[in-house]
Amino acid sequence: MSTARTNGRSAVEVRGLVKRYGEIEAVRGIDLDVAPGETFGFLGPNGAGKSTTINMLCTLAHPTAGSATVAGYDVTRQRDDVRRNIGLVFQDPTLDTYLTAEQNLRFHAELYGVPRATLDARLRQVLDMVGLWERRAGRVQTFSGGMRRRLEIARGLLHSPRVLFLDEPTVGLDPQTRASIWGYIGELRKAEDITIFMTTHYMDEAEYCDRIAIMDNGKIIALDTPAALKASVGKDRVQIQTTDDAAAIAALRERFGLDAAVHEGAVTFAVAEGEQFVPRLFAELGVQIRSVSVARPSLDDVFMSYTGATIRDREGGQRPMMPWLAGRIR
Amino acid sequence: MSAVTTPVRVSVPERSWRHDVRAVKVVLQRELIRFWQDRMRIVVALVQPVLFLFVLGSGLASLTRAGSGGFDLRTFMFPGVLAMSVMMPAMFSAGSIVFDREYGFLREMLVAPVSRTSLVVGKCLGGAIVATGQGLLVLALAPAVGISYSVGWVLSAIGLMLVLSFTLTALGVMAAGRIKSFQGFMALVNMIMMPMLFLSGALFPLSGLPTWLSALTHINPLTYAVDAVRRTVFNHVAISEASRSVLVPGMRWGGWQVPILVEVALVAVVGVIFLAVAAAEFRKTD
Repeated sequence: MSTARTNGRSAVEVRGLVKRYGEIEAVRGIDLDVAPGETFGFLGPNGAGKSTTINMLCTLAHPTAGSATVAGYDVTRQRDDVRRNIGLVFQDPTLDTYLTAEQNLRFHAELYGVPRATLDARLRQVLDMVGLWERRAGRVQTFSGGMRRRLEIARGLLHSPRVLFLDEPTVGLDPQTRASIWGYIGELRKAEDITIFMTTHYMDEAEYCDRIAIMDNGKIIALDTPAALKASVGKDRVQIQTTDDAAAIAALRERFGLDAAVHEGAVTFAVAEGEQFVPRLFAELGVQIRSVSVARPSLDDVFMSYTGATIRDREGGQRPMMPWLAGRIR
Repeated sequence: MSAVTTPVRVSVPERSWRHDVRAVKVVLQRELIRFWQDRMRIVVALVQPVLFLFVLGSGLASLTRAGSGGFDLRTFMFPGVLAMSVMMPAMFSAGSIVFDREYGFLREMLVAPVSRTSLVVGKCLGGAIVATGQGLLVLALAPAVGISYSVGWVLSAIGLMLVLSFTLTALGVMAAGRIKSFQGFMALVNMIMMPMLFLSGALFPLSGLPTWLSALTHINPLTYAVDAVRRTVFNHVAISEASRSVLVPGMRWGGWQVPILVEVALVAVVGVIFLAVAAAEFRKTD
């Protein structure tokens, strides 16, 4: 579950971290190590404890128990050193919308004490990276949500942090903008020698990470590469179009012991080694099949298999949610 | 989008006083930029002093002409209105902290590797300069109420406005450290400002007040600021000795006439105390 490194040179090292707010235990003892240069994802529903963990790592909240170092500095005892070495993009916007893009960055540079000799070159570089150099004189008020987010990423990078924290960097953005933000983050990973620590509750975004920790109810319940996590689920998702869905579902239960349901107009079920299963299916189902598709498990399935619920179930509270496969097949 | 080039690495130095000074300067600078951009606010903030001076002042003048020995009430009120004109802008400057908290920008400042005290100092100095800038507009009205300029009193008045604005901004920042909603902040400001103004002698002379009222005026820092401004300005105004003793009696502790410099120092010290409390509040904030 965890890949323990003990050389003390991790970009982020967390041991037994706990945060309690009164009665509520938001983070209940987590351990993790993030290697330098890694892109590490924190995945889980709202309220799982992701943001609380990030706040502790960014020195914005005091741990109730346990310890953490970021860029080699202790988050409680060496707060200023941690702050000098991290960049932050928060879940909620933190720009001064009355100032221009450049004024926002210059404000940041002064607060962080960026040496004036390198400032102009660096300013240009980070603005170029997010494609906002031409718009540097524009007031942030006139920027779209995606542009603001890009500007925040540029600002977070301005002082060359060793670790960049992105807390839900694409929340509230439309799919196209989300994709473009990820494009920029991809560029950034190529261009800069930096560790990225991000949280998300979009399953598809977690796939951009080198490793993922799945968090639920304040605990890390799984931690590995996206591929390994998917492999651990072991089941593929099969969808078939048939001439008689009800008969097909009944036949699947009787002959193969599989639970199936109709989603998106197709009989859908999960089975190990789906591709090998297809020939048997045609031979033994006894209902005419018009088409078949097999999908490798997604991180949704991973989350489901570890928690027994979908991310949306966790967030939904009292609202009745759709069955776990609905609307999530890509 | 961009060609991948070798990144320009910057290295952020360890914290030092030089770094803190840069932080003070940039917070101050932002205050000035915001003020200059919001020119509508400058005009709006001018309305209240003008109303007091020319509408209330002119209206009451007929009523009080007898009592003031023929002295123009508006001339009397001018120093008070000057002090008043910096109150609102100073409070607005401080109140922007509440906005910054709501719109997230405060967080950008609080996570920076810089002392919270330097943020608060920058804010208070910025507020002082911005509010004094606003006060200059009222200062420009002096000839309209029969006060002619001299370099001496104008410079002194500007200095006094700076000190008063600093103290008022610090008071506002102290309040903004605790109050999280802008409505709450404005309600508190109104609750403080009006009594402070009425108990300061800005609008009427403090001589001959009942004891309880007089006691309240003595613990109001604004009283000392108004008194200092008025004494400075009235040194350059032709006025009979009889009127002067009624209209500009000067603050007294017991029988002791408090010197102007002591009054200024008092206002400044109160401001520094407010600032220290505010800085302590922001150091505690996560």
